[in-house]
Order: sequence, then C-alpha cells, then structure tokens
Amino acid sequence: MPNSPSEPARHPSGAPSGAPEAASGEARRVVVRRKGPMLVEGPVEVELEDGSVVSSDRFQVALCTCRRSRRYPWCDTSHRDRA
Amino acid sequence: MLPAPRGPLSRAVTTYLRGAGPLPSEAEVAAAPVYGEDLQLALYLCYELHYRGFADVAPALEWDPDLLRTRAAMERRFLAALREDAPRHDSVDGALAGILVEPVDGTGVSHFLRDKGELWQLREYAALRSLYHLKEADPHAWVLPRLRGRAKAAMAAVEFDEYGGGRADRVHARLWADLMTDLGLDTTYGRYVDAACAELLVTVNLMSLFGLHRTLRGALVGHFATVEITSSPGSRRLAEAMRRTGAGPAAEHFYDEHVEADAVHEQVVRKDVIGGLLEDEPELAPDVAFGVAATVFTEDRLGDRLLADWGGGRSALRAPLSQAATHVS
Ligand code: FES
Ligand SMILES: [Fe+2]
Ligand SMILES: [Fe+2]
Repeated sequence: MPNSPSEPARHPSGAPSGAPEAASGEARRVVVRRKGPMLVEGPVEVELEDGSVVSSDRFQVALCTCRRSRRYPWCDTSHRDRA
Repeated sequence: MLPAPRGPLSRAVTTYLRGAGPLPSEAEVAAAPVYGEDLQLALYLCYELHYRGFADVAPALEWDPDLLRTRAAMERRFLAALREDAPRHDSVDGALAGILVEPVDGTGVSHFLRDKGELWQLREYAALRSLYHLKEADPHAWVLPRLRGRAKAAMAAVEFDEYGGGRADRVHARLWADLMTDLGLDTTYGRYVDAACAELLVTVNLMSLFGLHRTLRGALVGHFATVEITSSPGSRRLAEAMRRTGAGPAAEHFYDEHVEADAVHEQVVRKDVIGGLLEDEPELAPDVAFGVAATVFTEDRLGDRLLADWGGGRSALRAPLSQAATHVS
C-alpha cells in the first residue's frame, strides 16, 4: 500500500485516527531487535525532522533504525550485512 | 486454452484433459528428464486445474483419480530430485544466513537488468514471471488451514497485504497486470505459458507442490520466507531497471511497492510464521530449511538460464514476443 505524504487527519486529542489501541488506552507494543527495523502495528504516521508527516496504512510497518534506508523512515533492507 | 505439448508426457496429459486419450504410462513418467520441458509442463497442467483451469478442460478433472495418480508419479520424481539437489543445512538459521547477506557485487538477473537490461529483456522477464505474478500469493494461501495460532495469524496478515488489504485495485496480481500493460504485454491469464522455459515452470511448480501438500507445509513456509527475504533488494534493482528504460509508472510502482512491503513481510514471516510454526511443530525445522534451499536452487537455475540466453544475445523465451507498443510517457 502506498504511503501518502499528505497531512493526516487527527483526533482533537492528538491521537492518530484509526488507532483503536491508543484510543482505548491500551499500550501499543513495538518490536525492536539489535539489528533491523522497529516493527509497529499500522496504520502509522511518522513526523520527520523537517516537520513533514508520512503515513502508512499497512498492517505492520517496519521503521528504519539503521538510517541507511533509501526510503527512510521505512526499512528497505539496507541494514543487511554486505559480503 | 491448453498450451502446446513438449513431449510424450505433456502430449498425453493434454490429450487426456480434452477427453481424447489415455494418460502417460509409468514408464513414460520414469523416463522423462525431471527438470525437462516435457515433465515440467505436464506437471504444470495438472496443477493449473487447482487454480483457474483451462477453458477447454472439464473443471471436474481437478479431482480425477487417474490424473491425480499421474500427477503423484511426477511429483515423487520432482520432490526426490529437489531433495537430492538442494544444498543441505543443519538449521533454519543456517539455510537463511546466505540470503540475509547482500552481495557487494551481485551477479544475478536483477543486477543484470538494473545495470544493462534493455526493454526487450524486461518484457521477456515480465512475460516469464507472469506465470506466477498473475496468481501472486495464491499458492501460499493453501498453507493457511495447516497452520495454527501465531503462524496462521501472521501468514494471513501477510497474505491480506498481498491481496491488497481488501482493495481490489491494490491486489498485487492486479499491480502486476498493470506492469504488463506498461510493457505492452497481454495480461490474459495463461497467455505466456507456451513461451515459458522449463526453468521457469520449475519455480512455479515448486510453489504448487509445496502449497498443495499438507505434509510439505514446512517447506512452503521456508519457500515463502525466501521469496519475502530476497524480494526487497531485488525489487529495488528491478524498479531501477524499469525507471532507466522508461517502462512506465505502473511498472515502476509494482517493484517500488515490493521494496517496502517485503521489507515488512520478511520481518513478519521470520518472526511469527517461521517462529510460530516451529514453536508448534519443532520437528518441521528440516523441512523449512529444505524449502529455503530448494527455492534458492530453482531460482539460481532460472537465473543462470536467463543470463546465458541474454548474455548470448538470444531470447530467453520459447516463442518470441510480438513487438507490441510499449508505454508512452
Ligand atoms: S533498518 Fe532496515 S534499512 Fe534501516
Ligand atoms: Fe507481493
Ligand atoms: Fe510479499
């Protein structure tokens, strides 16, 4: 599913729309590993350093933690070892 | 319509499917080269009845006991050859290690197409791959009833993404058809079976073999993990090839989407599909490793064939493509 760079709609509370876990007060679990992306249940909005917001409505989103991705903030497997 | 036969096995099977003659004998099945054009096409025809069938074949033949017996004889030979030829690994991690490392100077088909692929080679590649991508994710859906709990939920979630997340215009097979249109190819299901070499048929038959047999659920999971792990970097190279040749926006989009989607799918399949399956059924680890190794083995054979043909300036297809108009930007 494509990501839309458009400014997303927000609830008055500031919580992203369509995020039932957040709305119900239940903690959202993210998965981190020493190597590779951070996995977050979608849909997800990511605010970048310049203030722009990108979003993905995939069921899981892989956020790049190695900073090497050419599609940052999304992981594109650039974290892999090279041989 | 049924494809043209390539030898005694596929001739007998097509004739039988038309209701006009007997199936091949056991001796004929035993005599055919296992990765050859004839046996692989005959097997492909048997499998196709479980997907969308053929306009000129009675649908009920899908469960014809005599045809299933012939199919089983071919499958026994195919599976035995794969078990013999696929490299053996001590563990699932050992099997995956090789594909989780990116080669600095890769020499595969996607590297070739990125660096010097011409539009005619991209069209041939798409015509070949259409045998899978027009039914993308379908062979893997068969594994769902054979999984439980975490593995089932994760596999279903990835398949949901492959099927467009509930939106018909995002189904990956649909995105693939749009790519074919950009490349001036015919999107009719089954249109390029006659053009596809045995090495390609082997890669699709492997998925059907693993998908249709519950006993091979571990191998199917290993196969699927291999596809997802290798897809993201390969898709980036193919997206670059499509951009460089001006193939068109839908052609670029198919591979751009897979760069990102499969970076996620890889994580989910490794963590929850393989992890969940092996938690439930740890004795399946050797089958998962076999599925990985067999997929790498068959993909490498296909890659060698394509690079040999294209490197020699030859078409990799059995029948040349018509010079259809390609995308005009
Ligand atoms: S974590 Fe995967 S590309 Fe950075
Ligand atoms: Fe896909
Ligand atoms: Fe995928």
